[in-house]
Amino acid sequence: MRARFRFLHSRSGAIGFGIVVFVLLVAILGPYFAPHDPRAPVGLPLSGPSGKAPLGTDFLGRDVLSRLLYGGRSVIGFAAAATVLAYAVGMSIGLAAGYSRSLIDPALMRTVDVMLAFPPLLFLLVLIAGAGTSIAVLVIGVAAIQAPGISRIVRTATLEVSTRGYVEAGIARGERAFAVIGREVLPNILAPVLVDAGLRFTYSILIIASVNFLGLGLQPPNSDWALMISENRTYIQLNPWAVLVPAAMIGLLTIGINLTGDAIARSLGRSYVPRTTRSVVG
Amino acid sequence: MTAVAEPRAVRRETPPVLAFLGRRILGGILALFVASIVIFVALNILPGNPASVILGRNATPAAERVLTQRMHLDRPATTRYADWLGGFAHADLGISAVSLAQGQRTSVWQQISGPLKNSAILAAIAALFMIPLSIGLGVIGPIFPGKPVDHMISIFSLAAIALPEFVTGSLLIGIFFVALDWLPPVALVPPGGSPLDNPSELVLPVLTLLFASLAAGVRMVRAGMTEVLQTEYVQTARLNGVGERRVLWRYALRNALAPSVQVLAQNLQWLIGGIIITENVFAYPGIGTELVNAVQTRDVTVVQSVAMLIAVVYVVINLLADLVVMLLVPKLREPA
Repeated sequence: MRARFRFLHSRSGAIGFGIVVFVLLVAILGPYFAPHDPRAPVGLPLSGPSGKAPLGTDFLGRDVLSRLLYGGRSVIGFAAAATVLAYAVGMSIGLAAGYSRSLIDPALMRTVDVMLAFPPLLFLLVLIAGAGTSIAVLVIGVAAIQAPGISRIVRTATLEVSTRGYVEAGIARGERAFAVIGREVLPNILAPVLVDAGLRFTYSILIIASVNFLGLGLQPPNSDWALMISENRTYIQLNPWAVLVPAAMIGLLTIGINLTGDAIARSLGRSYVPRTTRSVVG
Repeated sequence: MTAVAEPRAVRRETPPVLAFLGRRILGGILALFVASIVIFVALNILPGNPASVILGRNATPAAERVLTQRMHLDRPATTRYADWLGGFAHADLGISAVSLAQGQRTSVWQQISGPLKNSAILAAIAALFMIPLSIGLGVIGPIFPGKPVDHMISIFSLAAIALPEFVTGSLLIGIFFVALDWLPPVALVPPGGSPLDNPSELVLPVLTLLFASLAAGVRMVRAGMTEVLQTEYVQTARLNGVGERRVLWRYALRNALAPSVQVLAQNLQWLIGGIIITENVFAYPGIGTELVNAVQTRDVTVVQSVAMLIAVVYVVINLLADLVVMLLVPKLREPA
């Protein structure tokens, strides 16, 4: 247990972890502290900070602070849902491919290769153009983007583990494939497979926030950090806080997760190259 | 440099190189084929009847019938797919579905050729800065390990890599427009004008693109350089009393750069994706803005063609990078 938290001993690890905890607390507990209804106007549109609205009001006269406190749940919640779904699908495919060693394996892996060659944001935009803007499309789309990469790692880990004695013993005992996978393979591949879960979560956050920013995800009048930026950016001169504070929250969250991931990787003696994060765009 | 010695080696090993290249081209074509099916299914089969989706609230049974006929939706899906792909191969991108709904016939090419040129200009400028900067910043760190420069660069790249383009763009606007009032927050190009007419407008979009793609490049070049500096031939050169500057330039840098080519190609791909968001941040009339508008109006034909076009560029860049890397690094010519 102690080794698991060794990353906190490095300065950047501790700072990163602190930032993540702070942003998550704001997102989860924020709604309980919001001074106003995030959807009701409290004053003139785009007025600067005042006693009533510490961060001013947005383009419809709503309290920026209240919207900020409400606006974290959506992006973090959707990203978590998409990441969990991606792991469920990716692990099933990877286990099937790695364990069966039949024709399923090359067929699945060629499909994955092709999926990895397609720009993720483009895939999501095409999906939204076809299926319309909805939260379900967003979550399923992001999961579909992430699943191929996960299934590839799971497959490699499964291939390695399934030659081990304890798996062969299970098969020799006459256990069914499901039992062997569930009891012998799965517990032994979880650690290497979940190492980059944090990174994939950041990636989900980035791409979901980007789609929300483009106006193709969560729709107004919902409170969402990315949506706040896109709604108020035309009026950035009148009340810059309505744009800059939500931007800072998203930035803090992703930077915090990356710092933490970096520190964890270094405490495990690995070099850390956050490849997946940037593939948002590519 | 190394390139001088390479052609001879290439000629000698021609068969494996050609085989490798052939495999890559075939893989690229296969990927594009699958991409075309995904795009077609998502846009034509998923919405049920695209005609009613495009018409949206204005849909009446009569209007729907007319648009169905104009878009040839009464033909079987396989015929429509073949028509689209055949047209695409002959640079005929079809007619915008939204214009058909309005009783006009705007060709998709007419609609996107201008934005395409604007995007190419923006990407070219960003790439021009990106390549030397990512090599330069990536190499400096390992030369001064543990010095403030090294720390600065690694903290900067870790932060930059984490930020989505729309956050970087908004923060840059906050600094350079709201606080300092040095640069305009939008990059509008009048119809018929060139984005180069007003270079100050391009500064923030280019910076936004650079910020994101640079960071990844810097990190990878840095990793390559750090690795090379620990190799035995660098140690040997140092022990033989070769000057430090000569060790860096003659021995380390060359070998650190070869793997970076692939990284730079990856960065170019990221640039293509990043441009979609960046253009929307700055209201720049490029292909990304056009694509997002088409997604909003559910203009199936425009989205279809733009998406396919971007996929082609993506695959071609990948292929070119493989080719360059293969010519630079003999080791990679062997099948993996």
